[in-house]
Amino acid sequence: MDVSSGDLDAPHSMGTTIIGVTYDGGVVLGADSRTSTGMYVANRASDKITQLTDNVYVCRSGSAADSQIVSDYVRFYLHQHTIQLGQPSTVKVAANLVRLVAYGNKNMLQTGLIVGGWDKYEGGKIYGIPLGGTVLDLPFTIGGSGSSYLYGFFDQVWKEGMTREEAEQLVVKAVSLAIARDGASGGVVRTVTINKDGVSRKFYPGDTLPLWHEEIEAQNSLLDIVAAASPEPMIT
Amino acid sequence: MNFADSASAMKNLLGSEGDSQRTLYPYVTGTSVVAIKYKDGILIAADMGGSYGSTLRYKTVERLKPVGKHSVIGASGEISDFQEIMRYLDELILYDNMWDDGNSLGPKEVHNYLTRVMYNRRNKFNPLWNSLVLGGVKNGQKYLGTVSMIGVQYEDSHVATGFGNHLARPILRDEWHENLTYEEGVKLLEKCMRVLLYRDRSAVNKLQIAKITEEGFTISQPYSLKTFWDFAAFKNPTVGAEGSW
Repeated sequence: MDVSSGDLDAPHSMGTTIIGVTYDGGVVLGADSRTSTGMYVANRASDKITQLTDNVYVCRSGSAADSQIVSDYVRFYLHQHTIQLGQPSTVKVAANLVRLVAYGNKNMLQTGLIVGGWDKYEGGKIYGIPLGGTVLDLPFTIGGSGSSYLYGFFDQVWKEGMTREEAEQLVVKAVSLAIARDGASGGVVRTVTINKDGVSRKFYPGDTLPLWHEEIEAQNSLLDIVAAASPEPMIT
Repeated sequence: MNFADSASAMKNLLGSEGDSQRTLYPYVTGTSVVAIKYKDGILIAADMGGSYGSTLRYKTVERLKPVGKHSVIGASGEISDFQEIMRYLDELILYDNMWDDGNSLGPKEVHNYLTRVMYNRRNKFNPLWNSLVLGGVKNGQKYLGTVSMIGVQYEDSHVATGFGNHLARPILRDEWHENLTYEEGVKLLEKCMRVLLYRDRSAVNKLQIAKITEEGFTISQPYSLKTFWDFAAFKNPTVGAEGSW
């Protein structure tokens, strides 16, 4: 049986865990950072939270290529829309443009997206756009392969009207829990918080995340933990 | 690697004209819709679930929507296609209103339009993956019809989609009659929805009931049904036959 490093020619897919959450005053978007081709991690520090406009971002999951191209086209259309409108686009318009691309090409695309942002008319908004191109206006939503492990978590923990800090902590905790169990998610946790004051990006490296069941503290070396000199040999 | 030239790429991006498409598969789906005629008009019930395969992913999806002044549509199947159908219907009603001639499209006309849309898509092997229920009242005439993704349409005193056909219609065949009051109608629909909740894996316990009468429409706020599990046979199902299930 040959030990292969995975199918390196497999399409790049973002196994992924992505989350979008509204709070009192804005939204928090969160994601892991693993991009895989088969079993190989092609990029361990990807940025899956992509800017569409100054006030609207999108979390990408599924096929890396499809989600990137969809983002690029929507950014292009939104740029023109903003020029014509003379003011920042609304989150709803951004979500609908994503819908047009996702729904119109549903046969070819394999990407699930979460559009989140802030505008002066409706405040913080999150739109879930799963496979097929359905658009759903939601208080929060989760996506990607890692999200399977989070349905129960959110059912229990979610509440309306959280503060910014509560929302950010919730998102980081959730992505971290998903990373613990989903092989297709990993790396760092990135969050993007959007409100009336603008956009704030945060970065939580893997070693700063909490430890879950059966995970143990990282060490520099065995040599730091075993009592110095010569340890007792193991005898059966 | 093929690069489409930019003009046709632009044309292709926001729609799918130009490439030949085949039948797709649904992703986010709604389950049964059940509807009946009653004394004053039509009652339609649907739960608020949006399933993603076997996962009950979304639990507050509105599958009942008003169409113009006289009708309500209920949809099962792919939600993105239902959202697209609503865009077609909103445009249809808009153009109808722009005539400003006092006339307005009634349920029979809307149903016919939907049938044409569904059948024509079917003929192009690119169906809208939905089963729709269209009910309404106009000029005192009650109308209740259904149309499927392959363009099959009919009207009846009670209709259902999906599992509703197998579980709800038999109940309705037995218990429906002309001149049901509003209360009787709601109770009857709730009986059907409860059976669906017990027996349809994709059902969720949050539903809405829409009422359409000559006066207009109301769509209820979301609510949940009580379920009943307190039976001796449920508590000890294998008594007398240990090892069975």
